Amino acid sequence: MEIKKRTDIRSMKYEEFRNNDYLERMVKQLNDDGAGVIVGTADELINWGRSNSLWSLTFGTSCCAIEFMALGAARYDMARFGFEVTRNSPRQADMIMVLGTITHRMAPVLKRLYDQMAEPKYVVAVGGCTISGGPFRNSYHVVNGIDKIIPVDVFIPGCPPRPEAFYYGMMQLQRKIKVERFLGGVNRKEKKEDSK
Amino acid sequence: MNADNIILVKAEDLYNEASRLRYDAKQPMDYLRDIVGMDWGEEGLGALYYMECTATGTRMVLKAVTADRDNAFLPSVCNLWKTAKIKEREVFDFFGIRFTGNPDMRRLFLREDWKGYPLRKDYDMNSNPLNMENEENADVTEEYTLMPDGTIKGKENVVFGSEDFVVNIGPQHPSTHGVLRMRTSIDGENIRRIDPILGYIHRGIEKMNESLTYPQTLALTDRLDYLSAHHNRHALCMCIEQAAGIEISERAQYIRTIMDELQRIDSHLLFYSCLVMDMGGLTPFFYGFREREMILDIMEETTGGRLIQNYNVIGGVQADIHPDFQRKVKEFIKHLRSVIKDYHDIFTGNVIARQRLVGVGVLSREDAISLGATGGTGRASGWSNDVRKHHPYAMYDKVDFREITRTEGDSFARYMVRMDEIMESCHIIEQLIDNIPEGEFRVKTKAIIKLPEGNFSTSVESSRGEFGVMLESHGDKYPYRLHYRSTGLPLVDTMDTVCRGQKIADLIAIGGTLDFVIPDIDR
Ligand code: SF4
Repeated sequence: MEIKKRTDIRSMKYEEFRNNDYLERMVKQLNDDGAGVIVGTADELINWGRSNSLWSLTFGTSCCAIEFMALGAARYDMARFGFEVTRNSPRQADMIMVLGTITHRMAPVLKRLYDQMAEPKYVVAVGGCTISGGPFRNSYHVVNGIDKIIPVDVFIPGCPPRPEAFYYGMMQLQRKIKVERFLGGVNRKEKKEDSK
Repeated sequence: MNADNIILVKAEDLYNEASRLRYDAKQPMDYLRDIVGMDWGEEGLGALYYMECTATGTRMVLKAVTADRDNAFLPSVCNLWKTAKIKEREVFDFFGIRFTGNPDMRRLFLREDWKGYPLRKDYDMNSNPLNMENEENADVTEEYTLMPDGTIKGKENVVFGSEDFVVNIGPQHPSTHGVLRMRTSIDGENIRRIDPILGYIHRGIEKMNESLTYPQTLALTDRLDYLSAHHNRHALCMCIEQAAGIEISERAQYIRTIMDELQRIDSHLLFYSCLVMDMGGLTPFFYGFREREMILDIMEETTGGRLIQNYNVIGGVQADIHPDFQRKVKEFIKHLRSVIKDYHDIFTGNVIARQRLVGVGVLSREDAISLGATGGTGRASGWSNDVRKHHPYAMYDKVDFREITRTEGDSFARYMVRMDEIMESCHIIEQLIDNIPEGEFRVKTKAIIKLPEGNFSTSVESSRGEFGVMLESHGDKYPYRLHYRSTGLPLVDTMDTVCRGQKIADLIAIGGTLDFVIPDIDR
């Protein structure tokens, strides 16, 4: 079955997103591997559900977390996009939202929480600090980018990012989820790596 | 230029001298503002003790030095001021100075297996690569005693014994307002002891300051306590201006004061929202954020930033106020006055809220002073400590406002102090907003600022207490040492005193009313 996904998000045009090329690569990969009619359709349905109900484990350590709280309040109201449910237990979360500086003392804790999450899981790195260490890059106690510890799916730059930037980043994650192979794919990622 | 007057005492006389000042008949220095560790290179390691008399407002600074770098010892003053216990741990953590007589000499911010002392000048920045091992916390700690014959004896103290039932709260807990971790031992439902473990957001700002030029150091202050971003930066700007002898214009003073008060309202609204949310009420969260967004809009128009504004600069402010600024601020205050009743209707009078706050977590006035719990927390216990009143800066000596104090010292009093301060801030802004004088908003300064040699310090009343800047300059364009008095560190230290004997279910509400922001504690 040919998949003609364009990973649309309602109310924002496809062309207005940047970094479309890597999503197109993912679609191509899906087509090359070939997906059965049944599995492919089921995948699409599951992914539609998954992408619209992303539950996040909030990992707010500093300033960026306050902007995230503003997102939860009435004005920015992230419930419109289906990711208003935040969980405090890694077992119940689909993704981890890292908000704020990660220090050396915190790094093992972050890694541990990430490991405790169930597949499929995603990481969103919010703010300059999580991307590169931000303003504290030269410090002796700050991790220069969380991608050194855990794999990151979406980076949201800013110090702190504006609420609109949060949305853009989250929509990018939703688009990515929509073109993934769920059955036998991302839901079993870890196992595959083990058997290698 | 008014540098601090520092009195040098010999290390062995430190305790006696401090004790004499502490119990002085006329001017007891009953409030220890801060202990600032120092590395003076050749001269040795040491510390500066900033103290204040709460009755008269007189301030003093003591200096003690020890020449032995490998075995640096100073006498502890934690018998005189309770807050010294945790402050001395900080100095030990950063400089490796051990305090004889302090019962708890563990590291404070860094991992227990950290090598070296980062704020020493000869610290190798690459000596501690990222360690991904999970960390074990020791249950014992060391105490050193100075024997009469001059030798030092160490002994072990137990933090938590085998009979203690220890519950670990944090560092990733939604209601600890950041990444605070508290090891709490409980007896049934009652709290026996709280041991805060800090450093999960220790960013090493004070060390970074030493390789930044003065204008560059400003950027990091906003990120300390981001809900007092203006206040923090205001303090540092004032300190540098004072040292360099820069006079700032009246207009800038007005703008700074108004911004400070807007920031205070912003912070207290967030305090309200979070406290109520922590206690299980969701609607007030939306109330608080609704009004807070209006402040953020006003700030954004003028400063360009919502949460972190980077607005104060050396010599004034970054940009002139937006043409709509005055109108919008007045509209906002009018609006806030009309809705504040809703806040009280939904929460303050609520039976559940009262039962969980009134009479819970009482902090006495003596403890508040001894622990250095400034801000709303201290004022709720009857300690009048508002820096705006006692050491006025900017426009605060020209405006009329009331310092809100209460006497109960319980969670409810702490809550009410902050709610009343919102109204008082509105009152201050109203007196200023129509009278902003014409003139420059920023005086020209040199691109590279060099400060004269000496020690300089300023303090401001931030949203949650006295924020201080202590600066030592050796005449360069970089500070030799730039230390911040954290408002939150004493507050977290207070947790143990306040919570003992209380129910564990009240822990979060007590912590909420103490109102600390963790990145400011850890710096
Ligand atoms: S990126 Fe900026 S706002 Fe976000 S946590 Fe870091 S310093 Fe704070």
